[in-house]
Amino acid sequence: MKYVNTAVKKVDADALVQGKPVYTDDLAPKECLIIKLLRSPHAHAKIVDIDTKIAEKVPGVELILTCKNAPRHRFTSAGQTYPEWSPYDRVLCDDTMRYVGDVAAIVAADTEKHAEQACRLIKVTYEVLEPILDFETAKDNPIRVHDDDSFAKSPFHYAPERNLITSGREDFGDFDAEFAKCTHTVDCTYYTPAQQQCMMETFRSYAYMEYSGRLTLVSSTQVPFHARRHIATMLGIPYTKVRVIKPRIGGGFGAKQTSVSEFYPAAVTWLTGKPSKLIFTRQEAFACSNSRHQMRIRVRAGCDTEGNVTAISIESLSNTGAYGEHGSTVIGLVGHKTIPLYNKLKGGRFVWDVVYTNMESAAAFRGYGATQGTFALESTVNQLAEKAGIDAAELRLRNIAKEGAEVFMTHEIKYLNSSGLRGCITRGMELIGWNEKPHRQVMPDGKIRGMGMAICMQGSGIANVDTASVELRLEDFGFYTLMIGATDMGTGCDTIFAQMVADAMHCPMEKILVHGVDTDVSPYDPGSYASASTYVTGMAVVKACEHMTELILDEAAVRMNCPRETLSFDGASITAEDGTILSLDDLASALVAGPKTHQLVATASHGSPISPPPFMAGFAEIETDPETGKTDVIQMVGVVDCGTPINRALARVQTEGGLSQGIGFALFENVHYQTNGKMMTDNFMNYKIPTRMDTGEIIVDFSESYEPTGPYGAKSIGEVVINTPAPAIVQAVYEATGVRVTSLPITPEKILMGQK
Amino acid sequence: MQITIAINGKNYTRLVDPDTTLYTFVRDCGCYSVKCGCETTNCGLCTVWMDGTPVLSCSVLAARAAGHEITTLEGVLEESKQFTDFLAAEGAEQCGFCSPGFIMNVLAMKRELSNPTESEIQQYLSGNLCRCTGYAGQMRAIRKYMEVEA
Ligand code: FES
Ligand code: FES
Repeated sequence: MKYVNTAVKKVDADALVQGKPVYTDDLAPKECLIIKLLRSPHAHAKIVDIDTKIAEKVPGVELILTCKNAPRHRFTSAGQTYPEWSPYDRVLCDDTMRYVGDVAAIVAADTEKHAEQACRLIKVTYEVLEPILDFETAKDNPIRVHDDDSFAKSPFHYAPERNLITSGREDFGDFDAEFAKCTHTVDCTYYTPAQQQCMMETFRSYAYMEYSGRLTLVSSTQVPFHARRHIATMLGIPYTKVRVIKPRIGGGFGAKQTSVSEFYPAAVTWLTGKPSKLIFTRQEAFACSNSRHQMRIRVRAGCDTEGNVTAISIESLSNTGAYGEHGSTVIGLVGHKTIPLYNKLKGGRFVWDVVYTNMESAAAFRGYGATQGTFALESTVNQLAEKAGIDAAELRLRNIAKEGAEVFMTHEIKYLNSSGLRGCITRGMELIGWNEKPHRQVMPDGKIRGMGMAICMQGSGIANVDTASVELRLEDFGFYTLMIGATDMGTGCDTIFAQMVADAMHCPMEKILVHGVDTDVSPYDPGSYASASTYVTGMAVVKACEHMTELILDEAAVRMNCPRETLSFDGASITAEDGTILSLDDLASALVAGPKTHQLVATASHGSPISPPPFMAGFAEIETDPETGKTDVIQMVGVVDCGTPINRALARVQTEGGLSQGIGFALFENVHYQTNGKMMTDNFMNYKIPTRMDTGEIIVDFSESYEPTGPYGAKSIGEVVINTPAPAIVQAVYEATGVRVTSLPITPEKILMGQK
Repeated sequence: MQITIAINGKNYTRLVDPDTTLYTFVRDCGCYSVKCGCETTNCGLCTVWMDGTPVLSCSVLAARAAGHEITTLEGVLEESKQFTDFLAAEGAEQCGFCSPGFIMNVLAMKRELSNPTESEIQQYLSGNLCRCTGYAGQMRAIRKYMEVEA
């Protein structure tokens, strides 16, 4: 193998570092209608009347859509495999406003100025209603966020009359009985905020009509195929009328697994026939898109005197906000991607409610529920370790599953094929000096250092749901084109697939073109989310390469006139037993000339009945100033088991980036609303993400395992890397200050107020 | 009003509104490397040089830049290659959206500071946000670049 498991430069690197025009807004036509959205100032209101007469007179205004004239087909904006589990609770312009920022009108004009001016001139008469702004009071509240349940599509106990989009319970053994038997127990309730994805490129799309009367949308999306379905459903037009193209994307982290900006240019262009675009402002990206689900999680866990964790119960309440996209699926990961870490389990319980409120809708964010669950469960296990008098890392080593073991409450896998978690823990201990350094240390300047750790898991695609298809073509001069529908959002999947093909076809990477994504030409792929690309699409790539090798040998046998079994292919040429050689270049040229023409095309699809978990151990060393409560990260160590890392440089940078977002989740990133439901933290001044001064030293290593069901032994890496910092840092702060923070983020105030 | 701004050594004369930003102006002139991440001077994505000094083009009025020399990444591709080869080798241009503004500031830092310490580097670049990489890979690339003889 030449490329897999090395640090290859990304195939798009040169374009990106030279600032080439490769992102959505760089490519939009200059003559383009500009769209602005008039947004509700009320968290809950009915539009009694909306008058656009004066606004329409603004020069250059082309179209104004409101609840009076917009298409009224119901849809969900969640980018999930059909039939989505998210409720179809949206229409383009509703007459009920369900959060501050809900869309009251869509304005398209020749310039931004004119569009904004028209927005100001639209007269809306609202009947203001009482909102639900506290998610703990939403369930069975007489105020209903959605009073029309005709659209229920969510299969899991969808009950909008109770403001519930899903609720449920799972049991393993008898939790109550096992919990009662435990020597040491912890019962603690945690809160996590609606963290914002904050990708640097906000939501944006533009649309134009093609010569054949079809709507083409270019969009910064993680889910082009789902977006095609969303748009066709929203407009009530056949799928064949819609084409979605994904250029380079300026980050997504799950935010763009939901269609956000897409609907508006699609509707404007479809109705006017003219090109149009919509660029979200940063304020809109904060307050009017989607976020992580805010949660309350109560964990009860217990262990015996040896530290065997035998009982775990997780009761979770999740705030899906005004609309339900991803609400019924995110919640599953709170339990399914945390409890299975503990393999001595005898009694387990997982209970959930997901509620509507009049706040910004939550959707997908890297970690997808596992992040919240890991914070709660790992914080609890750290407390349990203290009670049992066992080192926190040692306690994990006693409880984690060995390779081949049966695992519990995963929902999808039964047995663990691969795990490098033991190595993650032991290597992490070495890197941070877990056994050497004191876990609490007062520094000469009076500041106090502390250390903490946590472990976590995630999935690799969604078992039995996610699929991927790829097409590999042998082109006329012996190079290959790989057509994919997976969406590189900066994460580098175009590059790692090229690495895989190069190794499988024994050729240099320069001979491989990777093309994605255009729904007209790319093979179907649900998109890049759920840590699926490397594992699921990667496996389709491996299969396609195997098939291509067969096809090459078949054709060579015909043209060399000798039995196929006697031929061998080394990537450059096909050799017969008698030493006759046919170069791939010659074969490829011959295949596209004359009556015997036959271009070789290998297609492959892959879906997995399992979702093998990547694992990680995270170790934090922090320093708190007891005078101010201010906490700095000194070191954040992360050791990952992603199976075989296909590209070591990209896997490392992914890990560093995930740890940094996890540090933000732990220490800074907080969402505040005014009492009227308006978000206050809607810019980078009020919502602080880590700068390069805030992350401390990030140290990353890998504890490789080999996943037999993955391409070259690979599992996923995209999401698992965000989960450990919060519980590890919480523990480190506790070691340093004695203050146990159970509600993120860990602000200086919480530390100061908590100190005795 | 009509103004003229020199961008990467070429004069551009355009009609602008009093509130047109330099960011909009340079993109209208085809300098698509310049990105906007916040409109509120917090992210550094829109960094260009005005008379050789980094400025945030989202918060400079085009009218104020009239008569000045503006440089964008398009204008310094040879100089930047020395740095971006290191950046690409680290894979630290993940989505790449923050890269142009960041690169412009790194080049300015190299011109301005000799032998900066780690914390001087961090301070100089603290206004350049990146949500993808966690900054560590960027720092590895910077360290290698700062060792290159100017
Ligand atoms: S766009 Fe200018 S600093 Fe963010
Ligand atoms: S590489 Fe994506 S924001 Fe920096």
